[in-house]
Order: sequence, then structure tokens, then C-alpha cells
Amino acid sequence: MDTLTINNAEIKVNEEGYFTDPSQWSEDIAIEMAKKENIDLTDKHFEVLNFLRSKHAEEVPLSIRKVGKSGVVNIKEFYALFPGGPLKISSKIAGIPKPVSCV
Amino acid sequence: MKKLLILGAGTAGTMMLNKLDKRIDKEEWDITIIDKDNTHYYQPGFLFIPFGIYQPSDVVKTRKEFFPKGTNFIMDEVEEINAADKEVILKSGKELSYDLLVIATGTKPVPSETEGLDGPLWYKDIFDFYTFEGATLLAKKLRDWKGGKLVINLAETIIKCPVAPLEFAFLADAYFTEKGIRDKVDIQYVTPLSGAFTKPIATKMLSQLMEEKNIHVVPDFYIEHVDNENKKIVSYDGLEVDFDLLVSIPTNMGSEMVENSNMSDEDDLNFIPTNKHTLQHKEHENIFVIGDATNLPTSKAGSVAHFEGEILIENILDFMNNKPLSANFDGHANCFIETGFGKAALIDFNYTTEPLPGQFPIPILGPMGLLKETRINHMGKLAFKWVYWHMLLTGKSLPVSTNMSMSGKKAPKKEENKEKEEPQQEEVLL
Repeated sequence: MDTLTINNAEIKVNEEGYFTDPSQWSEDIAIEMAKKENIDLTDKHFEVLNFLRSKHAEEVPLSIRKVGKSGVVNIKEFYALFPGGPLKISSKIAGIPKPVSCV
Repeated sequence: MKKLLILGAGTAGTMMLNKLDKRIDKEEWDITIIDKDNTHYYQPGFLFIPFGIYQPSDVVKTRKEFFPKGTNFIMDEVEEINAADKEVILKSGKELSYDLLVIATGTKPVPSETEGLDGPLWYKDIFDFYTFEGATLLAKKLRDWKGGKLVINLAETIIKCPVAPLEFAFLADAYFTEKGIRDKVDIQYVTPLSGAFTKPIATKMLSQLMEEKNIHVVPDFYIEHVDNENKKIVSYDGLEVDFDLLVSIPTNMGSEMVENSNMSDEDDLNFIPTNKHTLQHKEHENIFVIGDATNLPTSKAGSVAHFEGEILIENILDFMNNKPLSANFDGHANCFIETGFGKAALIDFNYTTEPLPGQFPIPILGPMGLLKETRINHMGKLAFKWVYWHMLLTGKSLPVSTNMSMSGKKAPKKEENKEKEEPQQEEVLL
């Protein structure tokens, strides 16, 4: 396990940089995390991040399709907010583990 | 008399019917099974049809021949479950009441979920192979195909038999090699996953195999639409892949009946929220769900339905006897991966243990190599057809433990234990 220092807080992350303890997350930390991905967080970004965090807390497995059906954003908007791998990048910024798809 | 209804007479429903018929008190319970027609397909065989390894006749039987004598079979479609009133409404308008319901309505590919997929090129240059129709039409197409860009694309991450698209790629490589036109075929495997497969150790082994067979993997590609005019698939972030022949694994969805009954999960894929250990419906205690119809985080596959069946029969008997549900499903799945040229690999895993290398103990044919290409695994894959018709569907126990066993598996060493462990010979995958 590694640690990441953001705003003087020691964040526990795994080898790929995902939080191992989602309770360490805060909006300020998210802003710093997003900068590393070259993303300036807007309110829309935070709506998505909060959706992901609430689903993770309910132990609901996440997928791009599920975010697209969330009513928060559609899939195209999701890609536009977090270009590249939207679910992976947004999960990292949301301070939740990397979503795993089932076999 | 109390009424037990089984919705769906596919692999899971037929198997449960046979198990229940042997175990329940027939003085007290009356069983009825419902399906829309009387055709039972051996679905694992669809993979072999495009390459002429199986003929269509190898995979078709009637549903009835696997039912116990005297089974009440209603041929009709289920329109809706009204769980509050404990009744099922059929397309014909007939209403059936139940005391206990088993849902085994499976999953099916829905090409219309992706724009342009079932457009003008559907069944001309675009095919699926998870249906009888798609597999047989693709066989005809491949027979005369002279080569070009073959693109295999998964529309979604949750699909039935997640290894079948890989097997299709491996078998295509072998098929065109044997035909002498492999140099004229460019095979691309375009997937929304980050690699060839979902779990890290198996992905490593399978990626290596893809590379050896010159199959190009395009990861993180989430299809938005098919451009029929220019013959390309386009992702949500604008990436494009050209094809001459597209073999698609369309979005998989559960039965429309699930949606009509307001029982769908949050992705709108019509899979039913189910307790992953007891197989009980999350909201209704007298409804149980088995096989591809569930939203369980494990493979949608016949082997999983079998292991679930061993658990579900115990829990249904507990429920009938007003006892707490005693059996726990661990997510066990066991899949052969056909790799072409008469070889196959094998994976065995559950909710918490990813597919690992090692040996899988099995009587008579046994031990089989895990995550290794062997001829015995290929023979196991072919022998499975007999096992399916004669043992699995009829609800017999198989010589494989219901819960996954670590016996023979080689777990990756944990870093902190590295020093304490004795040096072991490196297991070479493949």
C-alpha cells in the first residue's frame, strides 16, 4: 500500500492510486486529485462523484451504463467530463476503489 | 395443494424442476413449469457452429424430453409477475397463483440497444453467435468469406459466458489457418474492458495467447453506434474501428417480463436483484432466482447455474419447512476456454478468488490444468455436451464440489510472506 499526500493529508491508496479508505475523501482532496488528471472540477463533476460515492456506499457495482442511466449525466456527457476512461478516472477522483467488472 | 411455479425451462429451470421433483413432498406441493416453446438448445454448442465443428442438429432437442413424467408444462410467455398478489400473468391472459416462485428466465442478446447494430448490415456483414439463428447464419457467411477485417466486439461488460468471445477469436484464428487464408484475415478483439479479460492473472495468460495468435486487442472501447454505410464501429469517445465482418456480442438483457414486473436492477438490464448467497429475491421471500436471470456478481454460465442449483434446492426445502435458509452460494464458476487446434484451458473461481493457475482435480479424465492449454481440457469441453444432456439438465450431482475448492490451485504469493515461504519453481503459464 502507498500513501499520497494531498493538502497535508496522508491518503492511503493502492498501487494504482485508488483510495483504500473512501472516508478519507473530501471535496478539496477531489479537486487536487482531478488536477493530476488535467480536469478542473465543476458542479456537474461533483454530481457524478457524489452519485458514485453513494452507490459505492450501497455496495452497488458500478458500470458506465449505470452512470448513463443515473439521471445525472448520459454516457456522452460522462465521457466529456472524464475523458479517456470515464468510470476509472471518476472513481479514482471520487475516492472509491477501481470498479471491477464481474467475470 | 400448494403451488410452485418455475418460469423458464432452459438450463436452470429444467435442472431445478428435476431436483424439486425428486425432493419435495408431492402430497403437499404441485409444480408447474412455463416456457414459450418446446425447443431446448445446448447453448455452449453455439460457439462451434460458425466453424462447422458442430452442425445445427447437434445442439437442438425438445424441452419435454428432460422433464420428469407427469410434469405440468404450460407453453406460453410470462407477461408479468404480480408479487403482491402472488400471481403470474401470461401472454394469453391466463393468471396463475403461486405459493413459491422460481425465476429462471435467463438472458438474451438485444442488438437494438446499440444504434445501427441491427441496421441494414445485420445478418449480412454483422452477426452474433449467441443465438441459434446468428450462429447458423454466421457459419454460412464464414464458409464463403475470402478474408478481410474481422472485428469481434463486446457491447457491454455483463454478458453470458464471458469467455466465449475469446474462444471465438481463438477458433477463428485456427479456422482461417486451416483454410490457408489466415494471412488475409486481420482479427481485432474490441472490448470495453481494460484487457482481454476481467481478472488480472487470467488476463495476463489470455493476453499472451492473443499475442501469439496475432489477434489484436483494442481495450477500453465502449461502442456508441455502428456506421453501416462506412462499415465501422464508433465508441463514445469517438474512436473508430473499420470492419469487413463484425461479430458482435450485443448488450445482454434479462426477460422483458422482469421490466413489466418492476423487478429490474438499476442498469435497466432487467437482471433481478438477488441475495448472492441464498438466491432469494431481495424483496419477496417466496421468490427465488437462478441462472442468468440474477444480478449476481459472477459469470452467467451453465456451470454457475449448476452450482446454484445445488444450493437452491436446499434453501427451497428449508423455506418449505419454515426453517432458516441454510445453504450459501460462493459464486463458483468453472469454464473451459477453447483455444483452437484441439486444445483448451480451464478456469475455476468464485466471488472472492480469481482464476488461478494449478491443477483441477476431476475423476476419470482428471486432473486438468488450470490456466494452461492442454488437450485433456479440450476433451473435457467436448465431453461436457454429454454431461449437460445426461447429468446437468436432469439435476444429477457432478463429480465437482459445489463450493470452489483451493485444492490444486497456486495462489500468488503475498509480498509480506515472501521471505518466509520456501522458494518454489516458477509456474510458467503456457
